[in-house]
Amino acid sequence: MIESSPDRANCEISLTVNGKLATVRVHPIERLLDVLRRELGLTGTKEGCGEGECGSCSVLMDGMLVNSCLIPVLQANGASIVTIEGLAFDGQLRVLQQAFLDCGGAQCGICTPGMILAAFHLLSKKPQPTIGEIREGLSGNLCRCTGYMQIFEAVAEAGRRGAST
Amino acid sequence: MKNGPIVGTSVPRKEGRGKVTGQARYVDDMVLPGMLYGATVRSRIPRGKVKRFTFGPGVDWNEFVIVSPKDIPGKNCIALIEDDQPCLADGMVNHPEEPLLLLAHPDRHLLPKAVEAVSVEYDALPAIFTMEESERLSQIIWGADNTFKSHLIEKGDVDAVWENADYIVEGEYTTGAQEQLYIENNGMIAAFDSQQGLTVWGSLQCPYYVHKALMKLCDLSADRVRVVQMETGGAFGGKEEYPSMIAAHAALLAMKSGKPVKVIYDRMEDMTATTKRHPSRTRHRTAVSKDGKILGGEIEFTLDGGAYETLSPVVLSRGALHAGGPYYWPSVRIRAKAVATNTPPHGAFRGFGAPQSLFALERHVDRIAQAVGLSPIEIRRRNFLTPGQTTTTGQVVREEIDLSKLLDRALELSDYYAKKERFAEENRQRGRKKGMGVAAFLHGAGFTGSGERFLGSVVGVEACADGSVRVVVSSTEFGQGTKTVLCQIVAEALGLRYEDVGIAQPDTQEVPNSGPTVASRTVMVVGKLVQSAAMGIRQTLTARGMLGESYSPEEFRAACRAYVAEHGKFRSLARYEQPDDIVWDEQKYRGSAYAAFAWAVYVAEVTADLSTYSVSVDDFVALQEVGKVLHPVLAEGQIIGGVAQAIGFALYEKVIWQKGRMQNGQMTNYIMPTSADLPHIRVYFEELGNVHGAYGAKGIGELPMDGPAPAILNAIEDALDVPFDSIPLLPEDIFDALAERAAPESAIPTARGNP
Repeated sequence: MIESSPDRANCEISLTVNGKLATVRVHPIERLLDVLRRELGLTGTKEGCGEGECGSCSVLMDGMLVNSCLIPVLQANGASIVTIEGLAFDGQLRVLQQAFLDCGGAQCGICTPGMILAAFHLLSKKPQPTIGEIREGLSGNLCRCTGYMQIFEAVAEAGRRGAST
Repeated sequence: MKNGPIVGTSVPRKEGRGKVTGQARYVDDMVLPGMLYGATVRSRIPRGKVKRFTFGPGVDWNEFVIVSPKDIPGKNCIALIEDDQPCLADGMVNHPEEPLLLLAHPDRHLLPKAVEAVSVEYDALPAIFTMEESERLSQIIWGADNTFKSHLIEKGDVDAVWENADYIVEGEYTTGAQEQLYIENNGMIAAFDSQQGLTVWGSLQCPYYVHKALMKLCDLSADRVRVVQMETGGAFGGKEEYPSMIAAHAALLAMKSGKPVKVIYDRMEDMTATTKRHPSRTRHRTAVSKDGKILGGEIEFTLDGGAYETLSPVVLSRGALHAGGPYYWPSVRIRAKAVATNTPPHGAFRGFGAPQSLFALERHVDRIAQAVGLSPIEIRRRNFLTPGQTTTTGQVVREEIDLSKLLDRALELSDYYAKKERFAEENRQRGRKKGMGVAAFLHGAGFTGSGERFLGSVVGVEACADGSVRVVVSSTEFGQGTKTVLCQIVAEALGLRYEDVGIAQPDTQEVPNSGPTVASRTVMVVGKLVQSAAMGIRQTLTARGMLGESYSPEEFRAACRAYVAEHGKFRSLARYEQPDDIVWDEQKYRGSAYAAFAWAVYVAEVTADLSTYSVSVDDFVALQEVGKVLHPVLAEGQIIGGVAQAIGFALYEKVIWQKGRMQNGQMTNYIMPTSADLPHIRVYFEELGNVHGAYGAKGIGELPMDGPAPAILNAIEDALDVPFDSIPLLPEDIFDALAERAAPESAIPTARGNP
C-alpha cells in the first residue's frame, strides 16, 4: 500500500506519452494507469479490475501491449506510451476506430479504448489477421456487452480497409 | 423530405465517437475541486448485533470525515418497493458486506488502511444461507416467515388432470447467482450546497430511482435533489437499484464534510457487496397425454432474495409469468415465492427471473419428451402456443406468431437433423462427444401487467434555438443504443435527418421521468411516446402556419428556429396511457401480463471432452421474432451479447459462497467468457411487427439471456446421455456425474472432495 501523501510524490519520472514528453513527480510504485489518468488527465484509459485480468487499461509501452494497472510508473521511466487519446489524429478517426463504429464494436464503451489498442497492436503485426488470430490477439481484453463478434468484424474490416498502413 | 427511411438502418451510434476516442466521460473521469474520496466500512459477519466500533491506532482520525447512522437527516433506508434496507446498518446486520460506517479523506491512498483499522465487535446471531433453511424457518430473519413475496397463478382445474394423465413427469432445476460484471465498476460523486441542494453524478440506469431514494434519506424536496447520469460502462440490471445506495453514501459524506465526495468501488467490493442474479429452484410436475400433449402442471418457483426485499417481488413476478414458456397449458398452478437469506440482496440482472424459470422449463420439456418417447422437437411442436390460445394468465395470443415455423427455420439454419444423426454415429467411437440442443421461449416486453400504467411515463421532445430537436427522457444509455434508437425514431417521425436530432444527458433537473431503463421497455414503450411527442412539435408548427404539410429538413429547422425565437423554448410532452386491450388483475394475477412478447428458438451445438470434462459451444443459432428491427447492427449486438452472457451463466460463472459472502470476487477467479471461449453466434430475425411499439418494435435486450442455458444443457444431455439440471455446470460436475454413472453402487470420491 502506498503511504501518506507528503512523502509520496518523491520520484521524478519522464515518459513520452502520445509523442509528447511529460515529467511527473510521483511515488515510484504509483501505477502507470493512475499517472496517465490523474497526473496527465488522460482519462481515456480505463480501470476495470486493477489486477491485469480485463485489459481495459491496455496501453502501448515501447510498442508492447501492457496492462497499465500492473506497471509501476518507475518501470515506465523513459518509455514511450501510446494511449487511446494518441490514436485519432487532428480529430480524424483512425480506420480502426471508424470500423469499430461501423460494425458495432463499441457498446458501453468502457472496454473500447483498451480493445482498440489491443487491435491496433495486432494489426501492426498482422495487417490482415484471420478470425483465429483476432480471437487470440484480443483474448486479454474482456468485453461484457458485445459477445465479441462485432469486435472481430470491426478488426477484420479495419484490416481489409488497410488500417495498418 | 429526407431520403429514405431511418428506422431500420444502422446509423452511427450517437455517442460512438466519444467512446472510440476515449473522450466519453464516465464518473471516475470526473474530478471536482476540493473533492474527497469516500469508502465504506462493511460487516464481516452475516448476522448479528453491532456492539461497538474501535478506531484503531496508526490513523489520524481527525483528518477523516466519518458518517454513522446518526448523521442521516431523513429516514435510514434505501427507498425502493419497501423501505426495509437500511442505508447504514443501525445496530443489527443481516448480511456480510452490509454498510456500517462511511469514511472520507482527500487522499484516496489512505482509505483502505483506515477501513481496515476500524474494528467492529459483534454479538453474532445464527444465520441462514439457503432457500431450504429459510423455508424451514430455522431462523426468522425477515418479516413473520422469511417470505418477501409470493404469487399464485392458476388456470383451469389442475387437480383434475392427474387421474387421466398417461405420464406424470417431475423434475427439479436450479440456477446459481450470477454477477452482472459490467466492466465499469459502480461509482458516484455527490456535492451539497445549502442553496442548490444535493447533486449526484454517477454510473446508473434509473435516475429517478436514485432521486426518490435521496429525497427520503436526506429529507430534501424533489427540487433540491439532482441526479445526473454519466456515461455508464455497462449495467445489465446491476445498476438498477444499488446505485441508490452508493449515491446515498456519497451524499451523506458530502453533506457532513461540505465538500464533493467521490465513491468508486474497486472490483472486489463491487462483486462482493452489490447485487447479483437471484439463485433459483424450480420444481415441475406435469401431466402429459400419450400423444405428448401437456394436460396441466404444477410449477413451484422459488428465489433466494438475500437479506432485504429490494426488487425481489418483481423479479419473482416476471419469473413466474415466464414459467409456462411458449406452450399451451390447459391448466396450471404456479406458486412462486422469494425468501430471505443472510446474503447481500440479489437484484436485477438481464432477464429478471425469466432466465431462471425458463431454464427449468426448457430442461423439463426435454425430460417430458423422453418420458413420452418423442423427440425434443416434436414435443415442442405439439405444445406450442398458437394465435387465439391463452397463456398461463389467460392472455390471448393476438400476434400471428407461428412457433412451428420459427422452429423449422432454426433447425434448418443449424443443420440440426444432419448433425444430430452424424454425432450419434461418431460419438460411439470418440472421447469428444457432440450434441445438439434446442430451447424455445418468449420474453414479455415492458413492465408487467399494470406496471406501465402506474409508472405513467412522461417523455419530451424539444425544439431548440438553433432549429434542431432534442429528445428529453430519463432513459439511459449504457451500451444498448438508447440514444441512437430514440433519435432515429424522432428523425423518422418528423422526416428529419438523423443528425438533426439530439438527446439530452439524463439529468433530473432537465428531463421528465420516462421511467427506469429496464424490462426491455425503452424502445417499445418510451420509443412510442417519443414518436408521439415528436409529432406534437410538428402539429404545433403546422397549426401556427409555420410549416407546410410537406417540408424539407431545412424548412423544418427554420420553422423551429422561428418558433423558439418568438415564443421561447418549446417542449412537447407525451404521457403513457394504457391501451384498452391491456387489462390486468393484480389480485388474481390474470389477464394481459405484457403488451407484447418476443419469441425465439435457439439451437446449441456442443462438444463435451471426456478427457478434460469441459464443454465447448461450437455453434449457436439465435433466431427470434422481435417485431420491427429498428437498427440491425445494434439489435444483433444485443442478441450476441446476451447469448455470450448466458453461455457464461450456463458453463462458467460460479459464485462461491461461504457464510453468505462471495469468495471469488475477482475477475481472476470468477470466470466470464473471453473472446477465445465463444462460438460464432449466428443471429437471425423474423419481423412480424407490434402495434404497441414504436414503428412495430418490441423489447429485445433481455430475450437472449433466456434461451442459451437450457439449449446448451439439452445439447450436453444429447452428447453424454446424462441429464444435468443445475447451472452453472462446471467440468467437476460432469466428472462427478459420469463417475457416479460408471460406479453407481460404490462410494466414489467426488471432484470437489467431501461436501
